[in-house]
Amino acid sequence: MRHTISILVDNESGVLSRIAGLFSARGFNIESLNVAPTHDPDTSRITLVTSGDEYVIQQIIKRFNNMVNVIKVTDLNELIRVEREMVLIKVDAPKDSRDEIFRIAEVFRAKVVDLSNKTYTLELTGDVDKVSGFIEMLAQFGIKEIARTGTVAMARENKKNK
Amino acid sequence: MARMLGAQMFFETLLHQGVDIIFGLPGGYVLKVYDVMTGYEDRIKHVLARHEQAATHMADGYARVSGKPGVVLCTSGPAATNTVTGIATAQMDSSAIVVFTGQVPTLYLGSDAFQEADHIGITMPCTKHNYLVRKTVDLPKTMLEAFHIASTGRPGPVLVDMPKDVLIGEDELKIPKQISLRGYKPNLKGNSGQIKKAVDLLLKAERPVIFCGGGVICANATKDLKKFVKKLKIPVCCTLMGLGAYPADDPLYVNFLGMHGSYAANMTIHESDLVVSIGARFDDRATGGRFDEFAPNAEIIHIDIDPATIDKNIHVHCPIVGDAKIVLNQLMDALPAKIKLDRKQWLSQIKEWDEKHPLLPNQNDHRIKTTYTIDLLSKLADDDAIIVSDVGQHQMWLAQFYKFKHPRTWINSGGLGTMGFSLPAAMGAKFAAPNRQVISVCGDGSFQMNFQELATAVENDMDLKIIVFNNGFHGMVRQWQTMFFDSNYSASKFGVLPDFVKLAESFGATGLKAEKPDELESTLKEGLSTDGVVLIEIVVDHEEMVYPMISPGGAMNDMILQPVDVA
Repeated sequence: MRHTISILVDNESGVLSRIAGLFSARGFNIESLNVAPTHDPDTSRITLVTSGDEYVIQQIIKRFNNMVNVIKVTDLNELIRVEREMVLIKVDAPKDSRDEIFRIAEVFRAKVVDLSNKTYTLELTGDVDKVSGFIEMLAQFGIKEIARTGTVAMARENKKNK
Repeated sequence: MARMLGAQMFFETLLHQGVDIIFGLPGGYVLKVYDVMTGYEDRIKHVLARHEQAATHMADGYARVSGKPGVVLCTSGPAATNTVTGIATAQMDSSAIVVFTGQVPTLYLGSDAFQEADHIGITMPCTKHNYLVRKTVDLPKTMLEAFHIASTGRPGPVLVDMPKDVLIGEDELKIPKQISLRGYKPNLKGNSGQIKKAVDLLLKAERPVIFCGGGVICANATKDLKKFVKKLKIPVCCTLMGLGAYPADDPLYVNFLGMHGSYAANMTIHESDLVVSIGARFDDRATGGRFDEFAPNAEIIHIDIDPATIDKNIHVHCPIVGDAKIVLNQLMDALPAKIKLDRKQWLSQIKEWDEKHPLLPNQNDHRIKTTYTIDLLSKLADDDAIIVSDVGQHQMWLAQFYKFKHPRTWINSGGLGTMGFSLPAAMGAKFAAPNRQVISVCGDGSFQMNFQELATAVENDMDLKIIVFNNGFHGMVRQWQTMFFDSNYSASKFGVLPDFVKLAESFGATGLKAEKPDELESTLKEGLSTDGVVLIEIVVDHEEMVYPMISPGGAMNDMILQPVDVA
């Protein structure tokens, strides 16, 4: 099962290797990984998406908790949450397909952030399904390059989360 | 505040921490530290090892016997990579050591400078934590954090990498009064709901057993365990790391459990209705590796300080995360004052198993048997002697036949199985307990992996006994080849072995040798009573094998009890 895990860590060099090392040592795969500082410059938030059965996920979480640089680990799957990802897509855009690309972008509420004689670069924010749907729709025009942030997520302020 | 060099801060912080001995070897980037050290030698003893791996095992042996963290100091690159085996050994057996490595100046980090290696990257998977110190002023704080992490919670190795500019730089000495790490707060006290659940299980059980691991020794909880056992009349089986946590001569002690555990111990676990595991992690060698068939009719209480061991290999019904000593006392407090117990049937069943297939030493032909020798050693050695084993058949036979009565008297590389561990670890043990008898027990294979430390032992005027079982083979490899590879003895026989007696003498130690059964007792007695470093070579039967043996990947009741016909 796909799990989104949020990890608050010390903002220090090497912390990301420790997190990633745990995955390589046990042969687990990371689907996506996002790291950036929080409002406290001493801490960073890592949002990690991985797949595994309950046993694997529990092992991963316990191991994270054991790390000295890890302050807090939350398995967001247990909570009602907001998940978002941003993607930049550079797509082939010859004159005769520009209108349609533009229409698709409108439907998905994507923005054109760069264009050239031959390409459009689009920006989209959404959950995993929306991002994959968008990529699927653009595939027919020829995708030249994709950059995704990976999922970032946060628990909702919901009574059920307390 | 006094201004001083990083190298001086290093020793000031060690003194603050209460360190009075370090094990190491000088080299390029730590030369300033060694230069400054002469001013501290009256307060901190430095033991000059001949190899950094051995220095790390010395610190490990010292830590396991003293209960205080062992300290290693060495330079960068090959010195640091040499410590890796020692660090991984300490990690697997939860031993508190702190390894200080020199490093190229921060400016050169990543430039492939002479003797540069990525110590942090290399040791990340085998340390509890590691640090690269970037500023001189940070050194004392980092060192204290390292000691704190190594010695609290589940103990383990910590490495501190010290670039040369940090060591030769000057700043004010700032030793923090308190260490607080927001991501590291080990949980010591068991959850009260889980304690209650455990008490219910304990009172309900008819065939309980204690699965006692090394955590009981780490937590200094052996007396607490004994009270608990007496109160509930629960038989005790020990893992390899747990030997000595419960006295082997006590009537409630069953035996050593696991792959080469006794028939009675393994059957007791298998047939129990409640396994109370304390400070053990259910690895494949302790359980046989057939995790789904482990104690099939039992509920399991798992007491461990490391939450990551819970449900790792075996699914447990009642986990209690906490320090063994504290949790045992919580359980005692929660138990009713008077308990009605009827263990007669259960204990007589265990006795029956023990009588059916007892562990018996051999001595029935013209060749000395290792089992017989160890049984004899157990009778000849001091009551509180510290036995430091190497890895292989002799290690398993020590676990089977040596009667350990006290905690921290059995030191071995249980988890990683590091050959070459014994001699240096025994030296560390002797430094921790200078007034006690310390006996290093090796095979001819494992002894050859670190025998250069004989020089260090003689140099330090140590009173150390070393037994080398010479069977001309990597004995455990030979055993597996006999049992599982059609006796194809590929690369397990030594074509050449040193003359161990002359070897010892060449280092200035005493060398003795026993080749025939009638020489054995007198040679052992002579060796144990001779002062100084004494190597006792014992030429033993290479065909003796360790039994019983759980079939690899088998359940605990699936034991090979006697030699299979290999003719």
